[in-house]
Amino acid sequence: MTSSAPNSFRALPDPDGHFGNFGGRFVAETLMPLILELEQAYKDAKADPAFKKEMDYYLRHYVGRENPLYFAERLTEELGGAKIYFKREDLNHTGAHKINNCIGQILLAKRMGKTRIIAETGAGQHGVATATVCARFGLPCTVYMGSKDIERQSPNVFRMRLLGAEVKPVVSGSNSLKDAMNEALRDWVTNVEDTFYIIGTAAGPHPYPEMVRDFQSVIGNEARRQIMEAENRLPDQVIASVGGGSNAIGLFHPFLDDKGVEVVGVEAAGHGVHTGKHAASLSAGKPGVLHGNRTYLLMDDDGQIKEADSISAGLDYPGIGPEHSWLKDIGRARYEPITDKEALAAFKLCSELEGIIPALECSHAIAQIMKEAPKMGKDKIILMCLSGRGDKDIFTVAEALGVEL
Amino acid sequence: MSDAIIGGQDRIAKRFAKLKEEGRAGLVTFITAGDPDPETSFEILKQLPEAGADIIELGMPFTDPMADGPAIQEASLRALAAGMHMRKTLSIVRGFRDQDHDTPIILMGYYNPIYIYGVAEFLEDARNAGVDGLIVVDLPPEEDAELCIPTVEKGLSFIRLTTPTSDDKRLPKLVQNTSGFVYYVSVAGVTGAGSASNDQIVEAMGRLRRHTDLPIAVGFGIKTAAQAADVAKQADAAVVGSAIVSKIAESLDENGKATDKTASMVTGLVRELANGVRNARK
Repeated sequence: MTSSAPNSFRALPDPDGHFGNFGGRFVAETLMPLILELEQAYKDAKADPAFKKEMDYYLRHYVGRENPLYFAERLTEELGGAKIYFKREDLNHTGAHKINNCIGQILLAKRMGKTRIIAETGAGQHGVATATVCARFGLPCTVYMGSKDIERQSPNVFRMRLLGAEVKPVVSGSNSLKDAMNEALRDWVTNVEDTFYIIGTAAGPHPYPEMVRDFQSVIGNEARRQIMEAENRLPDQVIASVGGGSNAIGLFHPFLDDKGVEVVGVEAAGHGVHTGKHAASLSAGKPGVLHGNRTYLLMDDDGQIKEADSISAGLDYPGIGPEHSWLKDIGRARYEPITDKEALAAFKLCSELEGIIPALECSHAIAQIMKEAPKMGKDKIILMCLSGRGDKDIFTVAEALGVEL
Repeated sequence: MSDAIIGGQDRIAKRFAKLKEEGRAGLVTFITAGDPDPETSFEILKQLPEAGADIIELGMPFTDPMADGPAIQEASLRALAAGMHMRKTLSIVRGFRDQDHDTPIILMGYYNPIYIYGVAEFLEDARNAGVDGLIVVDLPPEEDAELCIPTVEKGLSFIRLTTPTSDDKRLPKLVQNTSGFVYYVSVAGVTGAGSASNDQIVEAMGRLRRHTDLPIAVGFGIKTAAQAADVAKQADAAVVGSAIVSKIAESLDENGKATDKTASMVTGLVRELANGVRNARK
């Protein structure tokens, strides 16, 4: 916690992409001119009403926004405490929040005259969202995906291929999301002229963390308006799962200056933080530099990056977006670890009580609510980002529950 | 000035002065510290000057070398699997310095292991070990306050990579706090990828010369003595990395362990490359 709270929690990053001590532009020189070009192009687009109008059009007519803020009545009854609302990002086209960002970035790519798109993906949700917008806007798409993730998310791999994307398996390091990101950066460094890299989370070199946050802030902006309509007041708590942290920062950001709103991020604790097999970089990591930014990372004493471990491929990353690192350090947000087991229990409970099969990612947030809601009064309100649908996870869950499909 | 300069920037300057006197370009060789294991790596390192390396780049292993191709990435992973870490890398340099006072050693790698070591402590230990300069791939001039400025203040060189994307607008910023030499990465891509044409190199050299008087070393994609010779006609030095590292990989047994051929295969290649470089302008 810090004693000197800033006037606003929504004013960062600074011009060099820093959120306090975090963020920055730690990339190879070959990429610097591209990053600077992107930064300028994003600034221009942000100031251009035509860009916003175009984005709003696709968010409404293609993504299907706005999506509902849903009162989870039976879950609320079951837990016996605070009222629980879900922001239904699972109802977006492609079934997760990832598409919000992809629409923004592909429109920017077109504006910049780029003709080829690359992306990394973990669970495959961002890969599917990227492949989707590439199909829609007619640009060739290459998605890098760890071979381990390709195995556990085969439906999404097939989806991407149906959409015309080339899925390139990554067999280096731990064969998962961080390695896919390394590989995408290698591609970008090699194809600097024509390629736009659509990063899927609010991490990476400046301006990505800011840009992805802005594109995802549609979640929090809508939710804020919707909760005012439903309850005529702000929630007591906003909560979301964090892997890289894009759905969470998108929900949190519009609420950061609302003093009465508690902000909670939920990390994947895998087999448990004490086991060392987890993806809880904020709870158990320390600040370091990877993939273009300074942020909390899982690493050893020599600064070598450790493999993350989570049942949820989308949270299986040893880092976190830099703005979350900053929010943690200044005490504006708190971050809690949830294990695979706890997430699975939440996955089942939500399916059974609400008729909503949630993605394993946001099942972590539901699990945290199961711990906190009962301790809160019935007059309290929790607003959670239900970031995606769980259909993609049924094979993983079946295996974990010992069910043969 | 202090002793630091004698150990650091000066050794690089002296080496390039000597090359100029001899009327030839230099050969810069890259190996990863600890590849395939700390002992073999130290053996190879000790034999490099005699085989013809004028300057040595020593890779600091890192799990996630984003700007490197498969060959150098695998070298990093071999070294880490063999128990390599930063303190051992520095002790290898110290061991080398005990027997060689003149060949510059540049440590090359990524920022995180240095950041975790602690910048001040790292620079102190690196200088004491006999390191002359640093190349840190993921620290562009925008992040100079992190390591570049402290390095220069410590009397070591901070060598910058310039690339085909470094235009006349960008170059002044790139050469600003740099010293020792300028490393020109001749193709946009990862290490070990294709090589640039002669015309492209000539054009780039011209552009760089407008912005700096420092010696220029050219690398990326140089695999053979003939290619090294081509570069050596234009540049002040030719850098070879992936080809040497691949030679190490080729020499290993089926379990990925060093064999009695490992060191000799590497020095054999370095001899060929040095021959190419030394005869390029004759």
